[in-house]
Amino acid sequence: MEIPYTVAERPDTGLNNGKIGIWLFLASEVMLFGALFASYLMMRLGAAEWPRGDSILNVPLATLNTVILISSSVTMVMAWASLKRHDFGKYRLFMGGTVLLGFGFLIIKYIEYSAKFHHGLFPSTSTFLAIYFTLTGLHGLHVVGGMAVNAYFWGPGAKLWKSDPEHFTNRVENSGLFWHFVDLVWIFLFPVLYLL
Amino acid sequence: MADHADIDRQVKIYILVFVSLMALTMVTVAVSRLHLPIGGAVAVALVVATVKGGLVAGYFMHLVSERKLVYWVLGFTVAFFFAVLLLPLWAHFEPIAY
Repeated sequence: MEIPYTVAERPDTGLNNGKIGIWLFLASEVMLFGALFASYLMMRLGAAEWPRGDSILNVPLATLNTVILISSSVTMVMAWASLKRHDFGKYRLFMGGTVLLGFGFLIIKYIEYSAKFHHGLFPSTSTFLAIYFTLTGLHGLHVVGGMAVNAYFWGPGAKLWKSDPEHFTNRVENSGLFWHFVDLVWIFLFPVLYLL
Repeated sequence: MADHADIDRQVKIYILVFVSLMALTMVTVAVSRLHLPIGGAVAVALVVATVKGGLVAGYFMHLVSERKLVYWVLGFTVAFFFAVLLLPLWAHFEPIAY
């Protein structure tokens, strides 16, 4: 059976099913991260002392990661715009760039984590490090998930472009919505954990 | 469906948003080096992050021209998000006596 409303808009929602699905999923993600931000707030307010993030964490590396993630959001939206222009070659280029930038982000995160472990700083070391590893670890898992979906649409999933280009464009838009959300979360994590 | 001229116009906006996001990232880092008192530092960091988040959500996620149902879903989500954030603040400023 064919999946309904992958391209056409449902009359009752005004949206195709993929779009409303991804927005509902992102709503649940907002609450997931919201609960962790609330935990951060509770622990910080209740702590007798709280370190400034930049006294423990590597701000230049995190700034570089911010630049990388913002750049990947641009390549992602450019990949979608390329499909809208029916330029599949450019789509491949931009989507490939998005996946590579995601890799770059994870490599830098690995360097950061390694340095912390090397200096004996673990989640069990302090409340600050516990929430730092929890928030950045969960965010890192989202980066991995987004990269897996984007890599699929760059590779085997791109076959759909030949048979149903509009459906494929919508799928890329939806994976883009998730990727931009991951960028958005980092935009808040960066100052909250590293700079305050 | 958006035509080519429409997409070309959107691409120009994406580039502008990208440049703005980079500039605002530098502002965030520069302000943090001023070592403002914690209240001021939090306010500046959150305002800049909110502007950046608004640009990403508005333009990259196309929220500036989305359907009403998406606004409703997000409206409820944002309300519950702030409710969750208010709980620890409420507990902190009005602790239960025991």
